[in-house]
Amino acid sequence: MPLLEITDLRKAFTAPDGTTHEVVRIPRFELEARAQVALSGPSGSGKTTFLHLIAGILAPDSGRLVLDGVEMSALSEAARDRLRATSIGYIFQTFNLLQGFTALENVLLGMSFGPGADRSRAEALLRRVGLGDRLDHFPRQLSTGQQQRIAVARALANRPKLVLADEPTGNLDATNAREALALIRGACAEDGAALLLVSHDPGVLASFDRHASLAEINEASRPPSPVPRSPLA
Amino acid sequence: MTLWLLVRRSLRQHLLSTIVTALAIALAGGLLMSVWAVKRQAHDTFTGQTGGWDAVLGARGSKLQLVLNAVFHLEASPGNVPWADYLDIASNRAVSLAVPLAVGDNYRGYRLVGTTTNYFTQSEYAPGKKFAVVAGGRCFEDGYREALLGSFAAQRLGLKVGDEFHPYHGLNFDPNAQHQETYVVVGILEPSNTPADRVLWIPLAGLQNMSGHDPTTAADVSAVLVKLRSPVAGKTLELLYNRQGNRLTFAWPIAEQVAYLFDRFGWFDQVLTLVAWLVALVATGSVLASIYNSMSARRRDLAILRALGARRETVFGAIVLEAAAIAVLGMAVSYVFYFSVVSVVAAVIRAQTGVVLDPFAWDPVLVWAPAAMVALSAVAGIVPAIKAYGTNVAEGLSPES
Repeated sequence: MPLLEITDLRKAFTAPDGTTHEVVRIPRFELEARAQVALSGPSGSGKTTFLHLIAGILAPDSGRLVLDGVEMSALSEAARDRLRATSIGYIFQTFNLLQGFTALENVLLGMSFGPGADRSRAEALLRRVGLGDRLDHFPRQLSTGQQQRIAVARALANRPKLVLADEPTGNLDATNAREALALIRGACAEDGAALLLVSHDPGVLASFDRHASLAEINEASRPPSPVPRSPLA
Repeated sequence: MTLWLLVRRSLRQHLLSTIVTALAIALAGGLLMSVWAVKRQAHDTFTGQTGGWDAVLGARGSKLQLVLNAVFHLEASPGNVPWADYLDIASNRAVSLAVPLAVGDNYRGYRLVGTTTNYFTQSEYAPGKKFAVVAGGRCFEDGYREALLGSFAAQRLGLKVGDEFHPYHGLNFDPNAQHQETYVVVGILEPSNTPADRVLWIPLAGLQNMSGHDPTTAADVSAVLVKLRSPVAGKTLELLYNRQGNRLTFAWPIAEQVAYLFDRFGWFDQVLTLVAWLVALVATGSVLASIYNSMSARRRDLAILRALGARRETVFGAIVLEAAAIAVLGMAVSYVFYFSVVSVVAAVIRAQTGVVLDPFAWDPVLVWAPAAMVALSAVAGIVPAIKAYGTNVAEGLSPES
């Protein structure tokens, strides 16, 4: 049984002018446990919305989304919050660290909404990503590469079954991007977490054995088929 | 732990607004507590301030004026009491002690009161407490131009044992109304925290016969302080002087007259209280405004927290707790403000009346006012908390343009 199973997932947004735009229409998508998959897609192809749906941040309009045997689309928002805290790690392009909290507190906070804050594990994770001597530093006191490493430690803090990474190297230089990618993949493999990574960087995509184009799986991102023209008799 | 960490860090992140808002709460809370405590303590202290006497006998007139004049040394005397009437009440079997007072002169604004030595030797200004003279001094002697000074008056006038002074005519200081007589300070009273501390005490005959006073009334007194053998006697004497007689007024019981004064100014208390509550409401409103105005800046942090798995109720609770925490900080500081205000008010009241309020006295308002302010602030925090509750996570996480 796959870790993540998606069937007929749909999500649309209403624009200020009242028109409805379908952003996600995915007939089928599966991700096995411990798998590492890269998804590519141009800007506006619904990558972030797709990840938000998987994370339970957004609720789908219709369809089924089953994570580790739990049908998320049937859960209440509070239950989705709980599931996200315990089973999903999320790494953002802009890191999304809490600026008023130290590196250690950022990781501890991520834990506190899940199984509970475990200081020794948080410290061990930060040591593992090379920030053992930066525990009490605030994000602004760290480089972008170091900030991304905090985000990785935070994403892995609750031993998630699935890690979602949204353009995790998008804000990093080539060296840091390479290191961050290796760190994310290595940490997920060590912790037995599946990884679903979204990127438009060909180098990143090429490093994955398995990758797919969101344009292929998301029907909503495809350009509309030309309407057949009937010639006048 | 998580909520507390969130609140602590948020307070630190918005340090300036936290300090300003907490100070607003401190001022408002301090004012609220001050108004309440001064009101209650003043009422209790003044109504309990009988000087150890049960009643005052004076000229026909207002009982309150009699009490204020004879006990608090504040008002003018409504008139004189013939010496025979003093002897009459002093010999009444229902009366255990009657002490005559004569007023009408001052020294630099501090009242001179003529009396007999048994005011100091036989009476107790509070249960078990008698007047005592500071070492090196003594009580005046009848028949001599000697003065025994209340501690506050002595301190303010800078007089000490052996100093001499010329009294001035009238209850208010007029530099042109100096009497010829010279009085010498023979003693200073230990502080009694009563209106007696503000008085310069001289022999009764000294004041009665001061140069320039009407010799035809030299034998009269301004009032007679009365200590009864039993409370029942008060009713009898009140009937005798107030109902059957028409020359004199018997003000009994003393506390009731002062309570009447407070009742008459009850509306003023209510206005003060209302103003204090309004200030408190405005201050708690500032908590609302300060947090609400920062909600845009918090949008991203709230979205991140929600993305990490924080429930809507958690961020709601964090905002309410933050509002309450600001009030807790403010109320901690408010005690400094409270003690400062009450100390100043107590100093003014002491200077004006001799009655001493204790800024450090226990008052329930010191507990319920902070609790009320914290609760009000928490309620005020609900408005921004609702905004936090409704945070759109996906929008909040998107990079800001």
